[in-house]
Amino acid sequence: MAMRSLISERVSCRSSVLGARWMSSWWRNVEPAPKDPILGVTEAFLADPSPDKVNVGVGAYRDDNGKPVVLECVREAERRIAGTANMEYLPMGGSVKMVEETLKLAYGDNSEFIKDKRIAAVQSLSGTGACRLFADFQKRFHPDSQIYIPVPTWSNHHNIWRDAHVTQRTFHYYHPGTKGLDFAALMDDIKNAPNGSFFLLHACAHNPTGVDPSEEQWKEISYQIKAKGHFPFFDMAYQGFASGDPERDAKAIRIFLKDGHLLGLAQSYAKNMGLYGQRVGCLSVLCEDEKQAVAVKSQLQQLARPMYSNPPVHGALIVSTILGDAELKKLWLKEVQGMADRIIGMRTALRENLEELGSPLSWKHITNQIGMFCYSGLTPEQVDRLTNEYHIYMTRNGRISMAGVTTGNVGFLANAVHEVTKST
Amino acid sequence: MHEKLKGKVKLGSTTNSTAGFIKTKSFGRVSMVAAVNVSRFEGVTMAPPDPILGVSEAFKADTDEKKLNLGVGAYEPKSYSLMCLMLLRRLAENLMLERGENKEYLPIEGLAAFNKVTAELLFGADNSVLKEQRVATVQGLSGTGSLRLAAALIERYFPGAKVLISSPTWEFPWSEYRYYDPKTVGLDFEGMIADIKAPGGSFILLHGCAHNPTGIDPTPEQWEKIADVIQEKNHIPFFDVAYQGFASGSLDNDASSVRLFATRGMELLVAQSYSKKPWSLCRKDWSNECCLVKSQLKRLARPMYSNPPVHGARIVANVVGNPALFDEWKAEMEMMAGRIKNVRQKLFDSLSAKDKSGKDWSFILRQIGMFSFTGLNKAQSDNMTNKWHVYMTKDGRISLAGLSLAKCEYLADAIIDSYHNVS
Repeated sequence: MAMRSLISERVSCRSSVLGARWMSSWWRNVEPAPKDPILGVTEAFLADPSPDKVNVGVGAYRDDNGKPVVLECVREAERRIAGTANMEYLPMGGSVKMVEETLKLAYGDNSEFIKDKRIAAVQSLSGTGACRLFADFQKRFHPDSQIYIPVPTWSNHHNIWRDAHVTQRTFHYYHPGTKGLDFAALMDDIKNAPNGSFFLLHACAHNPTGVDPSEEQWKEISYQIKAKGHFPFFDMAYQGFASGDPERDAKAIRIFLKDGHLLGLAQSYAKNMGLYGQRVGCLSVLCEDEKQAVAVKSQLQQLARPMYSNPPVHGALIVSTILGDAELKKLWLKEVQGMADRIIGMRTALRENLEELGSPLSWKHITNQIGMFCYSGLTPEQVDRLTNEYHIYMTRNGRISMAGVTTGNVGFLANAVHEVTKST
Repeated sequence: MHEKLKGKVKLGSTTNSTAGFIKTKSFGRVSMVAAVNVSRFEGVTMAPPDPILGVSEAFKADTDEKKLNLGVGAYEPKSYSLMCLMLLRRLAENLMLERGENKEYLPIEGLAAFNKVTAELLFGADNSVLKEQRVATVQGLSGTGSLRLAAALIERYFPGAKVLISSPTWEFPWSEYRYYDPKTVGLDFEGMIADIKAPGGSFILLHGCAHNPTGIDPTPEQWEKIADVIQEKNHIPFFDVAYQGFASGSLDNDASSVRLFATRGMELLVAQSYSKKPWSLCRKDWSNECCLVKSQLKRLARPMYSNPPVHGARIVANVVGNPALFDEWKAEMEMMAGRIKNVRQKLFDSLSAKDKSGKDWSFILRQIGMFSFTGLNKAQSDNMTNKWHVYMTKDGRISLAGLSLAKCEYLADAIIDSYHNVS
């Protein structure tokens, strides 16, 4: 080709000049980024050749054989979808049908807010994308506001609001002594925060602690937040996964709605529908009226445009196919219950094993906590021992992903935990 | 109330304990109703409709049967070629169903098989940059997401750097270099060269092929000169490659500008997209700092979306990784590019036949890719929509992918009317 010979001729003339000129690279000052504390665990696990290794790191559900699960309802939905729908761009706000169904799950099938069209909602890139979109929205319209984040929380929450340039503060949440909720300190922090602050709340199955407020505690939290004029932003990544019943898991949100809060909400189908890699979620903001909802939605879309233009279609199609079909929805509810039940069973097994081993410590918190994670109380040093001596992988904050515990490994896990803690 | 709370609550009540609940009158719900439901986002105004994606929404709302959507750059719905692409996708998806692949999170940088085939597609499988492992590849959210990641990387590591983009380009508000010459409806090459000689050490955004929105690409000789200037000024070229294969019909031809720069040993950034071919990715190319840079890209991606969608990546990996499907895809792209060329020819013929003014419409034939810059201004473009129900963007851009041969005459009538009768 003429083009190729042109190039080779030029290159031979230039090669000596090139060598001198291109000594300095643009990216010399780029340092290696620290490994993500959560995803880095899986990388380390995969690299480990030991046949006995156990991964209780990342929060992705596993069946009792330790295998990832694709729900039956999802497989069926995919069979129906395969090769049929086109791949045209979704509107910027995403799949309308999927968003409708998702709002019903959170706000209630017969929610007045849905009927009155007061909810500004867009499809998002799973929970991460919903939180990020909200953080950017908060920054744009309340540039001087701050976000209060619980201690501890999913580590990426800090990254999200930081990259959105929103000032962060923290509020008390977990009590290390009881391995439960530090309710008094939490309430103090809500009261002491300047009026009109933004609060990040986990709707159910708190990550990483598994510690949720009781219904009564939620009512008090709601009251105090309202009294201070704070904005409640819920991250609900585990609806259905906590108790097994999505309606029950939405309780906190329903309490806040009843109390008249105009809340914001991030929802994700990563865990409860097993659609992790599909990146399907929803961001919603409850507004005063329909007109405001339209305006807010338009602004959310405008924030999404320079991030990714419009969201991925496949996962959204799976969700709307399942939730829009009575039989498939029933199947889904059954499968979600099944996943939650297996986790609850493993909590009981782990605790019983530890007690039978004669551990001097209390392990009640394993069954008190809820959802995918158990905040074991293990120290980073103890976690390192678990990894180095027993090839058990978890995050260094002592968070155990119960989804990775099976009848096959629970004994081994209990034994290892006992070994590293018995002299505590 | 605070004191009451302290008195009643044991520090560190567990979630299941009811000790935390205080039954005092002050927690009655009645007093709360008095608080007005004032939204924190009361002051939020309506965002303007997106100049491109908003067009499709307006098109959908139009009930006239003659309506034509030449707005967004997506393929015409009833075309044979789109059906073939869907067949291709069905084959790939059936492959995936058979394999029963799971839906676990991808790593932050995306599907490895996808990244590999995409790098090979762009640089050519035998390219030394690949053999020497000088390419850091990160799967992104199509072209937009890839550009955004790159922009974030530039912002973080080169906070003062300028980014020069062609005027016009796909709606990014940074410094511009001249590109489009309305007089010739072609490339303002002299202007472009003069402008990119500006401050050294800047990022220059280039369209690899099939420039959006104009359809005007530099010739191979012009690309050489552009590369000369960029090297002299120690700029870093940043390619947006959204149409590889779609422009000329040949994947290799359409990658020649990028390959030229790579062959010269230049460090460059490339954002690729499979949307038009469909599917997506992002990639960067450098020496030695590969892993470092990749780790930083991941760090930027994590708080945006954690990890990229798996479905499209698998389709790509399956199609490109399977020789029979790959050949079918290549043939498909040749056909799509061929169809666009036919449409350009038909439109040109219709315009030349109908327009008695003697205006030279041949720029339509010289342009390449999905888009044509018609040279119509905003008022004329509005006329196209309001009078003729032809939906396009206000800068005079039409998407030929949305045009069938049968509609060319109608479009020609609309263009002639708008050009001559509206100012």
